[in-house]
Amino acid sequence: MTWQPVVGLEIHVQLKTRTKMFCRCANGFGGGENTQTCPVCLALPGALPVPNRIALEWTLKLGLALGCEIPKRAVFARKNYFYPDSPKGYQISQYDLPSCVNGRMLVPSSAGDHEVGIVRAHLEEDAAKTVHVGGRTGRIGGAEHSLVDFNRVGTPLVEIVTGPDIHSSEDARRFLQLLRQTIVELGISDAEMEKGTLRVDANVSVRPAGSAELRTRCELKNMNSFRFVAQGIDAEVARQIAVYEAGGEVVQETYDFDASSGALTARRSKEEADDYRYFPEPDLVPVEPPAELVERLRGELPELPSVRIRRLERELDLDRALVLVTGGLDRLYEATVAAGAEPLPVANLIANRLATSAGDAVDASQLALLVGARDRIPRAVLDDALSHIDEPGFEAAPYLAQEAVSDTGELEPVIARIIDANPGQVAAYRGGKEGLLGFFVGQVLKETGGKANARVVSELVRERLGA
Amino acid sequence: MAITREEVLHVAKLARLELSGDEVERLTLELGAILEAVGKVAELDLDDVPPTSHPLELVNAWREDEPYDSLGLDAVFANAPQREDDLFRVPPTT
Repeated sequence: MTWQPVVGLEIHVQLKTRTKMFCRCANGFGGGENTQTCPVCLALPGALPVPNRIALEWTLKLGLALGCEIPKRAVFARKNYFYPDSPKGYQISQYDLPSCVNGRMLVPSSAGDHEVGIVRAHLEEDAAKTVHVGGRTGRIGGAEHSLVDFNRVGTPLVEIVTGPDIHSSEDARRFLQLLRQTIVELGISDAEMEKGTLRVDANVSVRPAGSAELRTRCELKNMNSFRFVAQGIDAEVARQIAVYEAGGEVVQETYDFDASSGALTARRSKEEADDYRYFPEPDLVPVEPPAELVERLRGELPELPSVRIRRLERELDLDRALVLVTGGLDRLYEATVAAGAEPLPVANLIANRLATSAGDAVDASQLALLVGARDRIPRAVLDDALSHIDEPGFEAAPYLAQEAVSDTGELEPVIARIIDANPGQVAAYRGGKEGLLGFFVGQVLKETGGKANARVVSELVRERLGA
Repeated sequence: MAITREEVLHVAKLARLELSGDEVERLTLELGAILEAVGKVAELDLDDVPPTSHPLELVNAWREDEPYDSLGLDAVFANAPQREDDLFRVPPTT
């Protein structure tokens, strides 16, 4: 039987507001342990929460970017649980009346736009960081005691829940890349998985291909890169298919994915895990976003990454468009093309040679000059230029002046020497190993200190050896 | 009775409360009395009344995103039963 994976994602995004969600402690990394705490963070008696206006606005903005409806009224709720990462004994979240509902994100793919439904996006507060000491280090089971740093408690956190609309690990990864880029461009979060400012849980099930049923799902946690999310989904899908094909049933469980071993470890099933006894937060009044606010935020949205991918796809292709846009490099690409360079070489050079972080620092007119001259200057000079191109005041002119040696009269003797010195490779090349062309070109470049024009050398070598 | 002994034990477990047999008896009676009193509301016809999450008409109470000074570490740990360096030390949680 053929099986289809069915995946829904839950994404948590820490907002980079100046202050926390419900108090005015500084938000973000950097302070010493427990130095960014106050009576609200620590849940001292009598402390009361007051919501951060910017966090509320950014949540709406993200919801709008994800095509969500903004309900007239949102209500904060208490999610009750007992754990030292939450000194109040509950997390303030949103439950039946979230800030954003019923959106969708279009993920460009070769088979057309793939629509992923956004069930909801709601605002809540992050928990404290706990370290379990003794026993198996870092694991809860067997710990002798735990240590708590409350700096993170109260960090504004948006939770985004997708529908079960993702059907491969590759689609999951592409969706996440696009979502991340959207969040980063809104300027509301750094959204870095390695730092925990973006966290992803995956709900995974499988079903017979062609069926519309939803079978028992398992939740994957603890995946700290998009690659590991994809690997975790693949591992869980394979596990579930094996269970069904052996005649078994999948049991609802939560798994930690260990990327180094590829293993899925079931968490100790928490009894009554979902018994959070939600009720409306009595210390906070409802939020009713004024229509003018919603329209202002909608007007502030930038052109979204998925739209730009579709636009670039028309002049390049989908893969290049995806790399440029999700790498935050497409604006540089467009500016460089506008400065007169050819689209495809610009796309290749930017995608392959520039770091994502370089995007904003590069002067497109200088890059366009380099792209135009890329076949006339030695490879080593081009490399050197690219390694400095994101520095302030970079000028392409001095590099362009170092034209490569294309004079055949100068190159012929070098080529002859290389050919004489490598009779074995010459025989192999003539015997059909045409890949050795690169070897000869490389030797000539080395001999000329990188100054030879590789394209001219390659033509000359082919001519001579073909004889 | 509006609440059973099992429900009291269940809620106690969620809150990690260890209750003696006497306490379970007493809380079952007391919580039952509270629930019965609140249950009075169910006797009214409320089909046309929207759910009330708050008694006040007030909405949109928020503040600007301006930081204040956090507490000093002495104040932070003033009530902590156990401190290890600048961290709170707590019993293992299961």
